[in-house]
Amino acid sequence: MLLGKLTWSAIPLHEPIPLITSIIVLAVVFAVLGIVTAKGWWPYLWREWITSVDHKRIGVMYCVMALVMLLRGFADALMMRSQQAVAFHGPGYLPPEHYDQIFSAHGTIMIFFVAMPFVIGLMNFAMPLQLGIRDVAFPTFNSVSFWLTASGALLVNLSLFIGEFARTGWLPYPPLSELRYSPGVGVDYYLWALQISGIGTLISGINLVTTVLKMRAPGMSYTRMPVFCWTTLAANLLIVAAFPILTATLAELLLDRYLGFHFFTNDGGGNMMMFMNLIWAWGHPEVYILILPAFGIFSEVISTFSGKPLFGYRSMIAATMAICVLSFMVWLHHFFTMGAGADVNAFFGIATMIIAVPTGVKIFNWMFTMYGGTVRFKTPMLWAIAFICTFVVGGMTGVLMAVPPADFVLHNSLFLVAHFHNVIIGGVLFGCFAGYEYWFPKAFGFTLDERLGKTAFWCWFVGFIVAFTPLYVVGLEGMTRRMQHYDVAEWHPWLIVAAVGAAIIALGIAFQVLQLIVSIRTRDQRRDVTGDPWDGRTLEWITPSPPPTFNFPVMPNVEGEEAYWGLKSKALQQQRLFDEPAYEKIEMPRNSPTGFFVAIVATFMGFALIWHIWWLAALEFACAYAVFVVFAWRDEHEYYVPAEEVARIDRARRAARQQSWFEGTSA
Amino acid sequence: MSDPHHQSDRAPGDEGEGQSGVAKGILGYGIGLVLAAGLTIVSFGVAAGYGWIYQPGIPVMLLVLAVAQMGVHLVFFLHITTGPDNTNNVLALAFGTLIVALIVIGSLWIMANLNHMNMSPGEMARHMGGF
Repeated sequence: MLLGKLTWSAIPLHEPIPLITSIIVLAVVFAVLGIVTAKGWWPYLWREWITSVDHKRIGVMYCVMALVMLLRGFADALMMRSQQAVAFHGPGYLPPEHYDQIFSAHGTIMIFFVAMPFVIGLMNFAMPLQLGIRDVAFPTFNSVSFWLTASGALLVNLSLFIGEFARTGWLPYPPLSELRYSPGVGVDYYLWALQISGIGTLISGINLVTTVLKMRAPGMSYTRMPVFCWTTLAANLLIVAAFPILTATLAELLLDRYLGFHFFTNDGGGNMMMFMNLIWAWGHPEVYILILPAFGIFSEVISTFSGKPLFGYRSMIAATMAICVLSFMVWLHHFFTMGAGADVNAFFGIATMIIAVPTGVKIFNWMFTMYGGTVRFKTPMLWAIAFICTFVVGGMTGVLMAVPPADFVLHNSLFLVAHFHNVIIGGVLFGCFAGYEYWFPKAFGFTLDERLGKTAFWCWFVGFIVAFTPLYVVGLEGMTRRMQHYDVAEWHPWLIVAAVGAAIIALGIAFQVLQLIVSIRTRDQRRDVTGDPWDGRTLEWITPSPPPTFNFPVMPNVEGEEAYWGLKSKALQQQRLFDEPAYEKIEMPRNSPTGFFVAIVATFMGFALIWHIWWLAALEFACAYAVFVVFAWRDEHEYYVPAEEVARIDRARRAARQQSWFEGTSA
Repeated sequence: MSDPHHQSDRAPGDEGEGQSGVAKGILGYGIGLVLAAGLTIVSFGVAAGYGWIYQPGIPVMLLVLAVAQMGVHLVFFLHITTGPDNTNNVLALAFGTLIVALIVIGSLWIMANLNHMNMSPGEMARHMGGF
């Protein structure tokens, strides 16, 4: 009674692989916590990061979480690729029930806890800086968003040690995910983790939409915003519109599982096709929630490293907003084969093909931006150029599968798996890596090592092609996804090649880790003194690196597109900086532990609900309400940064620029 | 907003910027509450079948009342007006309406088509008799 369904049998003592993984992960976690305690870093972490409501800090924490989760999700990928490489005419080394959990966890983690936090983190970090403002619209809400997402990630990873994860794929299709066929806690872990992190994502979406619409710097009209801000707006509009559908659909499945409802069951009047319909009404916009911010990053990177304004700025905005609306009109293409008639399939097939048009506009705009420019092949630019190549392939295979008869052949085959990895890795992940390399100096004040960065890039790019091209081939040869073993001799060599590709990607990840370590160790030689290491064009590069909490000592006055480029050109032309402004004290929001406490409460509540520990769930619900009340009754919301402090920070920035632009020799 | 010429241009439910204080605000919410509660009571009355209206017209009447209810909420509680500083809210409402319409109409179309093309398990049992 006291512990619900939780017993000692939930710990995987008899299964060596999860047990050893659990022990290693726990050892690493305790080692990290031990080091932090021994070095006495807790007060610093608590004050400057955990309770921070600074959009830059929260953005960085989102990205760190995404990178850590990427390691977890990639470990799953390596296990799947090696299993399929050896499971020809044999069982391989992973038993089916474990293999099923691995592919489910891989998809769930990569989408919800790698791709989503990575793009949200980059939007959080860069968008307010580009708009010339001091924080997002609701700073404490922002912290709550992050910590709720972290809580969801924690629950998914907890399923590794206690109990099991879903065996239903990354979207738990009923009736398989109903209580009758999945009686364990796996699906419940999935559902509660996603409900909690989904609320965080929704709050974040509301926050960022409000920020773009209401909080731009003076003169920053809609048609002067950098394209990244436009794609942020579009992606977050999609979050606000689509995530409630996910929450409602998963809530219906929860009601089925917990209270005996019949939304999606076989019996009692349920209809599982309604789940497919609703989950994809969320799921397709979700794809664009991920890719639109990546498009924005590429626009910034390509323009900066080509030394030219973005080609077709207004057509880029139009294409972005067209995608934003069209993405809600194509969802049926995910279940062409599940029984719809020819007229319905034709409508959604054509709608899917139409969405390729604005995407094509973007591709040409990027190429024309590079055309005639002075292209500098820095690491972010390499990711961007590689993206154009891979994304065109991924996009074309997508258009191919938008043809319903072709989809009947390719549905749920490895061809489909290759297609969506082609757009998600070659699009979203490459975009996130480009953004990571591009904004890292802004966030931390020193650049990343270029040589190791380029090595990592080439490993990723080559490894990606070697890993996923074979999947197109075996998909055309009829191999379906999620196979634990197989007996077809033609597939075997291709799957071995794919496993080699995964190993090359692993090498790329190793170089990325090495790049980070080396760059931190040699940070004193690679300081970004001026705050403008790439010769940037948008407002974030006017601030010092890392920017002060208040970002801008005085609100910048925007007089055209590419606000910073205009100011910089004028200053260089006149051979002098602009006159020093009159500094005033700046009002900033106070740090708050609300988000962190909410996450703790949410984690315990999720855990209690998964294991049916009702008293704990009720207690935590009461605690959640208490946290809310305490926050609502706070007395001091803001503090002031004194004018002298603002002046000191800005004078240092001006001196560095004076030195490097007009007196020094290095540019 | 404090310009006296514009006093009469105000839409009902428009939030004044502190111009007539709390009393006016309470009045606005009060009117909203009365209207919303009234519409709810009428809905229940219609549905209860007291013979207030022609029997087959009940679903249509409920729809009309529901739309009116939404209107009352938007005007008196969410303060959506057509004023110039309300463009964002109106656009957000339009976007929301578009998405809801797409999802609802699309889902009805898809699900009806699926039901038409595929027999549900219950129906199959009926057709096969004694299944």
